[in-house]
Amino acid sequence: MSGKDKMEPVEKIFETRELNVNMGPQHPATHGVLRLVLDIDGETIVKVTPYVGYLHRGIEKLGESMSFFQALPLTDRMDYVSAMSNNIGYCVAVEKLYGIEAPERAKFIRTIVGEVSRISNHLLWLATHALDIGAMTVFLYCFREREWILDLFEMISGARLTVTYPRIGGVRNDVPQEFLDSLWKFTDEFPARILEYETLIDQNRIWLLRTKGIGVISAEEAVRWGMTGPTLRGSGVAYDIRKHMPYDAYDKVDFEVPIGTEGDTYDRYRCRMLELRQSNNIIRQCIEKLPPGPVMADEPKFTMQPKDKMKAITHPDKDHAYFILEKACKGCGMCLRACPAKAIFGEKKAPHRIDQSLCVNCATCFVTCKFKSITVVPGGRGLSDEKLAERAVAPEQLSEDIKQAQQYLVRQFEFVKKGPKVPEGEIYVATEVPKGELGFYFVSDGSAKPYRLRVRAPSFIHAGCLPRLCVGHLVADVIAAIGTIDIVLGECDR
Amino acid sequence: MIDTSTMGLIQVEEDVKILPPNIIITSFDKIINWGRLSSLWPTTFGLACCAIEMMATGASHYDFDRFGIIFRGSPRQADCVIVAGTVTKKMAPIVRRVYDQIPEPRYVVAMGSCACTGGVFRTYSTVQGCDSFLPVDVYIPGCPPRPETLLEGMMMLQEKIRNERARWSPWR
Amino acid sequence: MAVTEVRITVYPAGINPKEIAEKVKEKFPDQVVEVAEFRDQVSVIVKKGQSAAILRYLHDDPFLSLDHLQDLTAVDYLNKKDIRFEVVYNLYSMKYRHAIRIRAQVPENDLKISSVVPIWEGADWHERECFDMFGIDFIGHPDLRRILMPEDWEGHPLRKDYPLKGPEFDKDWPGFTDVIKRSKELREFEWEG
Repeated sequence: MSGKDKMEPVEKIFETRELNVNMGPQHPATHGVLRLVLDIDGETIVKVTPYVGYLHRGIEKLGESMSFFQALPLTDRMDYVSAMSNNIGYCVAVEKLYGIEAPERAKFIRTIVGEVSRISNHLLWLATHALDIGAMTVFLYCFREREWILDLFEMISGARLTVTYPRIGGVRNDVPQEFLDSLWKFTDEFPARILEYETLIDQNRIWLLRTKGIGVISAEEAVRWGMTGPTLRGSGVAYDIRKHMPYDAYDKVDFEVPIGTEGDTYDRYRCRMLELRQSNNIIRQCIEKLPPGPVMADEPKFTMQPKDKMKAITHPDKDHAYFILEKACKGCGMCLRACPAKAIFGEKKAPHRIDQSLCVNCATCFVTCKFKSITVVPGGRGLSDEKLAERAVAPEQLSEDIKQAQQYLVRQFEFVKKGPKVPEGEIYVATEVPKGELGFYFVSDGSAKPYRLRVRAPSFIHAGCLPRLCVGHLVADVIAAIGTIDIVLGECDR
Repeated sequence: MIDTSTMGLIQVEEDVKILPPNIIITSFDKIINWGRLSSLWPTTFGLACCAIEMMATGASHYDFDRFGIIFRGSPRQADCVIVAGTVTKKMAPIVRRVYDQIPEPRYVVAMGSCACTGGVFRTYSTVQGCDSFLPVDVYIPGCPPRPETLLEGMMMLQEKIRNERARWSPWR
Repeated sequence: MAVTEVRITVYPAGINPKEIAEKVKEKFPDQVVEVAEFRDQVSVIVKKGQSAAILRYLHDDPFLSLDHLQDLTAVDYLNKKDIRFEVVYNLYSMKYRHAIRIRAQVPENDLKISSVVPIWEGADWHERECFDMFGIDFIGHPDLRRILMPEDWEGHPLRKDYPLKGPEFDKDWPGFTDVIKRSKELREFEWEG
């Protein structure tokens, strides 16, 4: 009965281990497929390891196999919450690479839709952030506003979410007047709605407890960690690409940028709420200052011209058909190989024939034939071969505008099929999307496809900052931290 | 042990015997199927862009709740899974595991082009359609499908459930 | 309220990027291979030996102050250039508003370059992605493993000789083929409607 047997040391009874908890990819609060492995000591976090890549779709490699124009819809699907901003970022970068500039009206329209998409993004951020922290009513209120915005998007482009409305060289089509009226009405009513959201949560005791002092990061550290956007501005760094390297019409409108002081979740939340008001202001100014004019740059080498203009040039007679004159055809087979629709048939050395049902009227055969045996028959669409043979004239006797039209047609066809030839070089252009800095780094080797299409996604960098933001806090603060960095896994993983 | 030879089972194919439709079975069918389709609880499985449209359908403008559809967090308490978004090879085992955790009767709705057939992304890391490892009941195409399309898809699923026969009995 | 709205006064755009390139050439004369310019953006192509020292100089120098690492990525120049890979650093100065791009050449037979994580912690994930997609090894990185692809994936997808559609089904990632096989076996137990 010595003292050693009677009393065991107290530490042994209260032996604790670190617990390793998996917040899996399927989780209601992780904003997509983000996996976190938390090493926790009781309820306090010792280490957070994020695992991403569950939505890696290979957009960068896919973009290398398509032309610049064809890779535009891929950028929608990256940050799918504010699809317009991705498109604008891509278009601004490609325009700089090409060396062209969008017309004034297009720049203002792009600024308008960029800011509308910023509002849409911040509304969704607020909805999910508040929902995760516990304020569920805000979710329904924000989605009510978002429905209005998505209706507006549908009015101009036809799609609600993945619009591909900004195009290289401008925008796809002009905005109708009802869009501007509805948007003006929206900007009238929106400040009152922002006040509604703020009344619900801004001075709420629970909200303040859960967001003040969480995820504090100082200014130098935030810059070293690569943060950008409102996540960085909450820490007090004045970096907004719209002011530093203005693009589109941002140098022509007057707006302020909210900067925080503490660097915690509450300051980042306030930054984004004030940004909502500023975006409202910018939209109103742009609608007032909207200049008339074209919406697509007039650079035939790089951009697609508006459809009606092209139709007038390339199809002066809409119902023409292509016909091979048997007498002149030598049967060399060049048109057969060149035809993209495989509509030409014939044996070697025998006169060839065009199958009118398969012909797409692209004029490739017309410009390929060296023996001048293919001609255009105006008004010949749908006629049989005999009737076409009666009406056909030799190609030299066709009128000048029809001959010119064939050249334009072939050029248009090649343009759409392969894309314009891009000057060789590399470029990095960054734009301010609602989440931060979206950068595009292109390397072009002179052909129509990008050699390297690199997307610098803000969500990727911010997800890497999670370990730094969560250390020392409780498990519930991880949710607040994920909400405050505003990540979207489509952009993070590309 | 239950002697199946006297149960009145009819033989449809070899080794497959089913309960014939009779008044008790069809009434049970109607009631149970009506109960199942009116309270179809999906588990939250938003992967990509289609998840945003799913959230918009659940919000107040296009309400999901009026169909009885409430989103449950845990697959153990859910009825079906709406696979909304691109399924990548890294995510596929997890999708399958979530599906395996749902108690029967369970349904799968593939929402969006990426879940149906891989969508735009024909690359090294995307599964070309989640039906390569999941038995899908309803395919909803679109990129992303409008909320009305998703509601119509869920209504189609409800029709499918309404026409089920004897899924509640062990002798199906 | 801690957050205030500020009218940012931006300094006029800083020094010409060509001057930054000249300064790099002065300080590290034998490391610079070439200075390229395209559309007002200047890239300095350097050898990989002292790339970390060059970046440290650009970061610490008080008149250059290139403190924001915008992007860190790699490009594969298979069959186009003698040295196959290039690691590209895009730098920006928030204070003076000038930018420069550094391209460090990494040959295929010596696929290593020193890591810049000591200078910018944010480069951590960038370098992991470069390793995942290209196979470039970063010396001094705290935790170099795959980030976007599964941990035991074989091959480096963004290399030019990797097929876009990926490996054949039999040679595919075992995690995925297991799921397919298992689901085929379990299909018998599914209820046929």
